[in-house]
Amino acid sequence: MTDPVPTPTPTQTVGPFYGYALPFPGGGEVAPAGDPAAITVHGYVYDGAGEPVPDALLEFWQAAPDGSLAGRPGSWRRDPASGGLLPRDAFGFTGFGRVPTGADGHWTLRTLPPPPAAPYLSICLFARGLSRHLFTRAYVEGLGGERELTALAAERAETLLARREGAGVFRFDVRLQGEGETVFLSFGH
Amino acid sequence: MTDVVVDERTPGRVVDPYRSGALRVPTRAPLAVGGDPEAVELYGPVFGVTEVSALDADLTRHHVGEPHGERITVSGRVLDRAGRPVRGQLVEIWQANASGRYAHRRDQHPAPLDPNFTGTGRCLTDAEGRYAFTTIRPGAYPWGNHENAWRPAHIHFSLFGRAFTQRLVTQMYFPGDPLLAYDPILHTVTDAAERDRLVAAYDPELSVQDWSLGYHWDIVLDGPAATLPDPEATP
Repeated sequence: MTDPVPTPTPTQTVGPFYGYALPFPGGGEVAPAGDPAAITVHGYVYDGAGEPVPDALLEFWQAAPDGSLAGRPGSWRRDPASGGLLPRDAFGFTGFGRVPTGADGHWTLRTLPPPPAAPYLSICLFARGLSRHLFTRAYVEGLGGERELTALAAERAETLLARREGAGVFRFDVRLQGEGETVFLSFGH
Repeated sequence: MTDVVVDERTPGRVVDPYRSGALRVPTRAPLAVGGDPEAVELYGPVFGVTEVSALDADLTRHHVGEPHGERITVSGRVLDRAGRPVRGQLVEIWQANASGRYAHRRDQHPAPLDPNFTGTGRCLTDAEGRYAFTTIRPGAYPWGNHENAWRPAHIHFSLFGRAFTQRLVTQMYFPGDPLLAYDPILHTVTDAAERDRLVAAYDPELSVQDWSLGYHWDIVLDGPAATLPDPEATP
């Protein structure tokens, strides 16, 4: 490589009109259909005025329950006749989900619990008004991630915890700005 | 000029005059977690033949007839910060039609929809990290940011690398567009040389005879390149 090392291409906002391009059917159904181990993680995205954000896009990436980070294709499939998008099949685990918030700012993910070695869902959030995407993590309560969070100030660590609401159901809200602002992450160089 | 709101997360970034960010951009600096070699984000989702079909890269062939507008070819290479090609990764694009209208219900500005153009495309980068799309040149369109605000013609790009940290969503612009000087979204990038990196180059070498005009645009993904797995290494 003789070319000078380049700097990254600048980011630009996802804008308001990604909805016919990026979401895909079953984007929030990461767990194989019918898997009894599946959990539901859900929540709202709020702006600095406490209003729900109806046009955010959340992407999820996580380790498979066996710890694998290899991933696999198949997060969506294609209808060979029409070219349209089909949901993933019922087998295997791609580790990837993509969910736009609804008009009420709510999103839902059905997935398999991440392994104790990496007990969190990595989240990349895009929205109109954000020139750069935001990374955060949802540590699933009860899987050991609370220990990793103690490195943070307690009141801020709370923002990274997906709290158990009921059997297999966890709540994770994202506050973009202001009181209770979610801890966002950078992966420095 | 209104007060400038600095995006603390990204040196050299401002929120104003792009008003949509005022209540959305975080106020606190992000927490650096770059030191963890086990971080899930150093790996990423994988896409392949299940997600992408060969026709996806030609946005002019998704309907029965030909779309209105100036047919273009857009191609370039995707590199990581070490200058290595990013191979086999997903590139997604979306754009307005030649009249500057998106095939999206929320876009109600009075320009015609084109029944022969949706404006979404996908491809996987090849062994040299190259992507290529055939599409039509999108039109400019008005938006509500300020009086007589018009977005310059642009194509939205979404890219994955080998690591989730390399995720990139951005916009590609066209050379010589007079609206570039006035666009608050482009100008969230405050450095002129950096803004120029979002503008494609007209490239007759990429033009197809009697068919399309060529534009060349290379992309560099972020991410902590020094700690990323070497794509040349055998796992």
